[in-house]
Amino acid sequence: MRNDGEGDREGFRCAFEVEVPYWDAEDFRYETIGINTTRGGAMSMLSPKNRSVSAGGIPSSGQTEGPTLRREETTVIERDPSAAHSHEAVFELRDVAVAYGTAVAVEGVDLDIREREITAFIGPSGCGKSTVLRVLNRMNDLIDSARVTGDVHYHGVDLYDPAVSPVEVRRRIGMVFQKPTPFPKSIYDNVAFGPRVVTGNRRAKFDELVEKSLRESALWDEVKDRLQDSALGLSGGQQQRLSIARALATQPDVLLMDEPCSSLDPIATGRIEELMEDIKAKYTIVIVTHNMQQAARVSDRTAFFTTVTSETDALSTDDHSDRRTGHLVEYDQTATIFANPSDRRTEQYITGRVG
Amino acid sequence: MAIALRTPADDVRAALTEAKGEQRDRLFRWLLASALATTLGILVVLLVGVTRNGFSVIADRGLDFVTSPLSLDPARAGLWQGVVGSLQIVFTVALVSFPLGIGAAVYLEEYAGAGRLTRWITVSIQNLAGVPSVVYGILGFTIFVRFFGPITGGTSVITAGLTLSALALPVVIIASVEAIRAVPMELRNASYGVGATRWEVIREQVLPYAAPGILTGTVLALLRAAGEAAPLFLVGAITGFFSTGDSSLVERLRGDFTALPMIIFNWAKQPGAEFRSLTSAAIIVLLTVLMAVNMVAIVLRNRYEKRRRG
Repeated sequence: MRNDGEGDREGFRCAFEVEVPYWDAEDFRYETIGINTTRGGAMSMLSPKNRSVSAGGIPSSGQTEGPTLRREETTVIERDPSAAHSHEAVFELRDVAVAYGTAVAVEGVDLDIREREITAFIGPSGCGKSTVLRVLNRMNDLIDSARVTGDVHYHGVDLYDPAVSPVEVRRRIGMVFQKPTPFPKSIYDNVAFGPRVVTGNRRAKFDELVEKSLRESALWDEVKDRLQDSALGLSGGQQQRLSIARALATQPDVLLMDEPCSSLDPIATGRIEELMEDIKAKYTIVIVTHNMQQAARVSDRTAFFTTVTSETDALSTDDHSDRRTGHLVEYDQTATIFANPSDRRTEQYITGRVG
Repeated sequence: MAIALRTPADDVRAALTEAKGEQRDRLFRWLLASALATTLGILVVLLVGVTRNGFSVIADRGLDFVTSPLSLDPARAGLWQGVVGSLQIVFTVALVSFPLGIGAAVYLEEYAGAGRLTRWITVSIQNLAGVPSVVYGILGFTIFVRFFGPITGGTSVITAGLTLSALALPVVIIASVEAIRAVPMELRNASYGVGATRWEVIREQVLPYAAPGILTGTVLALLRAAGEAAPLFLVGAITGFFSTGDSSLVERLRGDFTALPMIIFNWAKQPGAEFRSLTSAAIIVLLTVLMAVNMVAIVLRNRYEKRRRG
């Protein structure tokens, strides 16, 4: 298996050389993506050959396997030369809008999320920050009425290309939810769930990976002696760290966190924030939070969203209160957003005068 | 003078001892308890009546009553064909209606969109659950006896099982849909979030979590089907005497058959006190069989529930 991983890395180099023309020639960040792929190689150790797994949107071997992220689709760069494509960006969102049925939840979002940084989404309820987060790993696909428009690129690949499998996307872009959701299984089985799903082997053992993930999520010392106990017996904070371990166990490239601390006490919150700092060197993290101090503490960049009531809706006789639409107001270094915001609405929000 | 002595504490005390709401609370408690008592009362009357009439037969003849074949002689009449027939039918119903019903429910809840068509289908299935069982008998006769006669052997255990499966299906589907709907959305999302496919989410999370609920509902449907007599008339259950001879089990599946409810019905029509006792005794046997099936379901359900609690 380990050799397979090496082989994949070799395979990547080949693929890379073949496909250079698709990429911006002056790109010097390739090394970074190479590191990604190395993790992808580790990932492939988990996977038997019949199941294609690769990181960074780069197929580990050939293009014959099922629906994986494909490099070819980066041709979109040529389609849109005006956009500033930095390869530091893991995600590039251009004019992204999400509608649930006829109600537009959020629109006009332009956003680049950088590699190995913590990006925070803040804003009042209903501003679309969670919706945008769910755009990033296609969780909105699970809602029948949701429609995503605009361009969402992940390492230069159009995430919403019909050839892209949402299942593969979610294996690389893990998610931690607001409510801790331990599966009614043992702690071990919770963490091993992802790798088992990825490899298609329901009973496989992943001792090393389980330990590594639990260590990364700072839970190992508390649970190492009772891995076979039910995860439901853990405290709320432990359950949330277990959810993080479970997300890390698929060795993702990105970790999306949707208000991960909103149901936790300050001590548990502190531990999660610490662990985010610890794993930041290896993962790109996007966190939605209601807690501005948290955003200020942990994030490198902050995006402030707010709701706008559009004029046509204000005139409409329709009595739905949900006619507000979320907009991205400002996106900058966290220090700038909190010390010297350029938009008045941002300032009002962070000083607690609005929202 | 009393007015003069009234302190603020008295007012507070008066306000605190006002118990209008509590009286109503007690009233409702009694109403609810009496609803339960009525239900239990009916059950007790039924059981006492049946036991008083039928216990002597079971006491006198013991297992012999269950293992003897049908007979017109009340002293020798037994239930054997009925017990075998009923068990075969129950088995067939479980085999056919569980996978079909649970499958349909999973599709409705997990795959089908929340559109108008889905709603219409769900309502139709609910309506089907209210269709009288005789109508299912007619359906069974038309489809399984007439049309599929060459396969089912006409009036046979297979036909009866398929007919009662059709009767049980709507209830199985409704119960399963409800159980699946009760699975927390967070569990599904968390599984999708680590890259599980829809089927993996269903297999690993949804079905294990919904299993106790599905089991409760489906077994109720199964017991209901096992106690049905009306549809069996129409698909040709034997009410008189018949012999299975030395035919093999497979042959018997396609041959003449009867079931416990049919025997009860038949004996209840016979004149004479002996047959009245036999009827009651047969009811006791039927109830015992149903209880045994239910017991298995309860054990299974407890096992799943324990697993769900982790």
